[in-house]
Amino acid sequence: MSESMLNDMVVRFANVNGTGSASANEMFARALFKMGIPVSAKNIFPSNIQGLPTWYEVRINGDGYLGRKEGIDLLIAVNPQSLEKDIASVKSGGYLLYDNSKKMYDSFMREDIHFIGVPMIELSKEHFDNPRQQQLFKNMIYVGAVCELIGVETDVIKEVIADQFSRKAKLIPPNHQALELGINYVRDNINITLPQRVQRVNKTNNQIVIDGNAACALGALYAGATIMAWYPITPSTSVAKAFESYCKKYRVDPDTGKKNYAFIQAEDELAAIGMVIGANWNGARAFTATSGPGVSLMNEFIGLSYFAEIPVVLINVQRGGPSTGMPTRTQQSDLLSCAYASHGDTKHPVLIPSSPDECFSMTAMAFDLAERLQTLVFVLTDLDLGMNKHLSKPLSWDSDRHYDRGKVLSAEDLEEMKEQFGRYLDVDGDGIPYRTIPGTHPSLGSYFTRGTSRDEYAKYTEDGNAYVRNVDRLSKKWETTKTLVPPCIITEASQSSSRSLLFYGTSRYAAMEASDLLTRDGLEFNIIEVKAFPFDSKLKAFIDSQEEIYVVDQNRDGQMRTLLMAELEVDAHKLKSILNYDGMPITADKIHRNILNALNKAEISKTA
Amino acid sequence: MVGYVKADYEGVISTLCAGCGHDSISGSIVQACYEMSIEPHRLAKLSGIGCSSKTPTYFLSNSHGFNSVHGRMPSIATGANVANKDLIYMGVSGDGDTASIGMGQFVHAIRRNLNMCYIVMNNGCYGLTKGQDSATADYGSISKSSSIPTPYNAIDLVGLALELNASFVARSFSGDKAQLVPLIKAALSHPGFAFIDVISPCVTFNNNAGSTKSYSHVRAHIESTSELDFIAHQEEITIQYEEGESADLELFDGSKIHLSKISADWDPQNKYSAMNKLNEAKESGQVLTGLFYIDTETEDFNKKLNTTDVPLNSLKQSVLCPGTESLEKINDSFR
Repeated sequence: MSESMLNDMVVRFANVNGTGSASANEMFARALFKMGIPVSAKNIFPSNIQGLPTWYEVRINGDGYLGRKEGIDLLIAVNPQSLEKDIASVKSGGYLLYDNSKKMYDSFMREDIHFIGVPMIELSKEHFDNPRQQQLFKNMIYVGAVCELIGVETDVIKEVIADQFSRKAKLIPPNHQALELGINYVRDNINITLPQRVQRVNKTNNQIVIDGNAACALGALYAGATIMAWYPITPSTSVAKAFESYCKKYRVDPDTGKKNYAFIQAEDELAAIGMVIGANWNGARAFTATSGPGVSLMNEFIGLSYFAEIPVVLINVQRGGPSTGMPTRTQQSDLLSCAYASHGDTKHPVLIPSSPDECFSMTAMAFDLAERLQTLVFVLTDLDLGMNKHLSKPLSWDSDRHYDRGKVLSAEDLEEMKEQFGRYLDVDGDGIPYRTIPGTHPSLGSYFTRGTSRDEYAKYTEDGNAYVRNVDRLSKKWETTKTLVPPCIITEASQSSSRSLLFYGTSRYAAMEASDLLTRDGLEFNIIEVKAFPFDSKLKAFIDSQEEIYVVDQNRDGQMRTLLMAELEVDAHKLKSILNYDGMPITADKIHRNILNALNKAEISKTA
Repeated sequence: MVGYVKADYEGVISTLCAGCGHDSISGSIVQACYEMSIEPHRLAKLSGIGCSSKTPTYFLSNSHGFNSVHGRMPSIATGANVANKDLIYMGVSGDGDTASIGMGQFVHAIRRNLNMCYIVMNNGCYGLTKGQDSATADYGSISKSSSIPTPYNAIDLVGLALELNASFVARSFSGDKAQLVPLIKAALSHPGFAFIDVISPCVTFNNNAGSTKSYSHVRAHIESTSELDFIAHQEEITIQYEEGESADLELFDGSKIHLSKISADWDPQNKYSAMNKLNEAKESGQVLTGLFYIDTETEDFNKKLNTTDVPLNSLKQSVLCPGTESLEKINDSFR
């Protein structure tokens, strides 16, 4: 058997949502992880509770390339609704596992793929009585069949099942039984041997499997957030659920049973961010999580946070836009609307994680940044990162780390001060004034917070000069911001190159794989990974040194490209877009193909 | 108490129109806070946008203030309150700020029973934007800017608050300081959402004939549920009460509200009797003022959240951050 077929395949499960398939499919992916094999699983689910098609796509890759890959090697078709489409999606030479309790339509048959029939529901009905159980155990039967087909170790999958049901131990034996029914059926009846097999390796050492939303929630927990105000929206709701669940565990006073946190489900997104602002104004670390439509609603308050200079952390888990868009699909189409959110001259720091461990560290960082800069900080993730479980470095926290609460004057500070306190006075030259928390001192430090223009001492004024001084100071603050947000990461090609591949967020997986494909083709690209906005000076300098930069944007309008042009005055001709916006995560093949086409066209036009 | 004088409770000079009802309300707020010896820095004053929302500058200069965005003061108040339950929260709004754009947040602040004093300065019009009808303008009333009498029914904030089970509902009139000051004191002591709808004539846009929120109309039609006195917990009861129908209500902090001259058909602790009284007054064209309803046993939002006894904003990193050992366990749970 050839090496290239080992630990290298895409398996897709086609299910009906609400039938318990997600749980069974996850156990399959987990078994591979336990065998030390790098694996990436993506849920493609509908905006619906029960009854519509849902897919679970698992990429298995021993080299650790875990971005999405087009072309299904093995498809498990358990949804009659999507069957025709599913059969069409299998690669030529690929495999389709289906429930042959019912005969397959002749018109659906394809000559160039292998059909493997297992009588799933028949077997389930034979061995289990209850109709709901028959449905659930049918899932475990096909998991057993798949495991046998590709060589998943039986002990491992059995242990995963036992772990899953450790709190409902009665369910372990029947699940094991269902698993074995699938395994044995394949062993005894299927004469097809798949060329793609899996084999135990040691490539997931120490790593964890976690979704980005849970990692963000943990970041907020570790950063000392005491208040979360939120409104449910796909795909950010699980940030809230995870935060609440960790707070119940880590933030309850053991003596009194009372909570060292407040978790508030607001009546809408405007109220949610209003509460976050009120809380931060009053000296508590507060945050919210939402998606594009929520950010649109929050725009007025975002402007208030900017102009009145109140810390806020806003996690935006992006989904397909615009408007209600594609609520259950991924996209990176809020970059511009976050960077420049709200009317008037506004700019906000945006942190862009690529992986769960970065979701954790960047969310935690956002709280320090928000209080240091006295402004709103976005943590910009997306549905692919937030709602899928990814292989990740473990989350890490420096035990010596102290929260940076920023420039806050205490009662003693106020008494010792010789100058008059000015809430909007630039004392240190970094554009950031000092603030006071309500209740600090009986006669010093009080001021009026407002969204209107005012002077350095927070006194309302309509004087144009005072307004200009204030907004110019905010520009100075922005220059300070550039020195504090994570800089871009530049990896130069082994041979000097004037071409770069630039990307941000979850495009990293596909971009790194594409870069290796290009290297194999003899094409050297420098790699630029943008981690935040505003851009740092190193990025500008490097871009200026390049002739051609391919910018990967998972949106229609090339938003990162636009932002680079606007902020760094990069020549439009230097930046070439590679776009992907159909709601599925971009693949390395797409980036690779796009670049080759662009280079060929360039060659042709040169010789023409 | 701590040697505060009345001047400690004042703010800067008002820039509102001469004769504006809102200035009288500001005066009553100053008076009430002074009589209760509230420490100004322990009170946070919040408002939305509008003429009424400008007033916090005109009282309590030593309190932190937040003049926020139109209709959204309740959410700011909620976040602030949860961050520090030990401060006193005074929210000031107008009929546009609350009954139009702010309708949703008003309702939900009541639903959560947020511990704050919420005053609507109600003049039936949008003063700051030059006199448009507000949602509290009565059916058939005419303001200076209207071309036709108001064709819509008014939103009655007091009726709505009663319907929503607000735990303290009152109405007053900017020109009746004797009633308003004790109401504000009672509201500040109330451990829940205390709502006072204060009719506050707009001399510039809605003080004309045909207006139901003018000084002359209100004075001609005003009626009160009772006479009301507020006795702070540390005060001695020195007032002699006349014989007749009266009730003493004790609040959570030991303060008392004394109601006298109440009619037999009204029980201040019965929501439905309050609603009946309100509706009767409306039928007969009267403007009923006073305390309508109070629930002295009420549980505020922070109690419902079961947050810890010290303010959340005082918790330190050592309490909030689970630490590296716990993170190792968390990492393990994902392996």
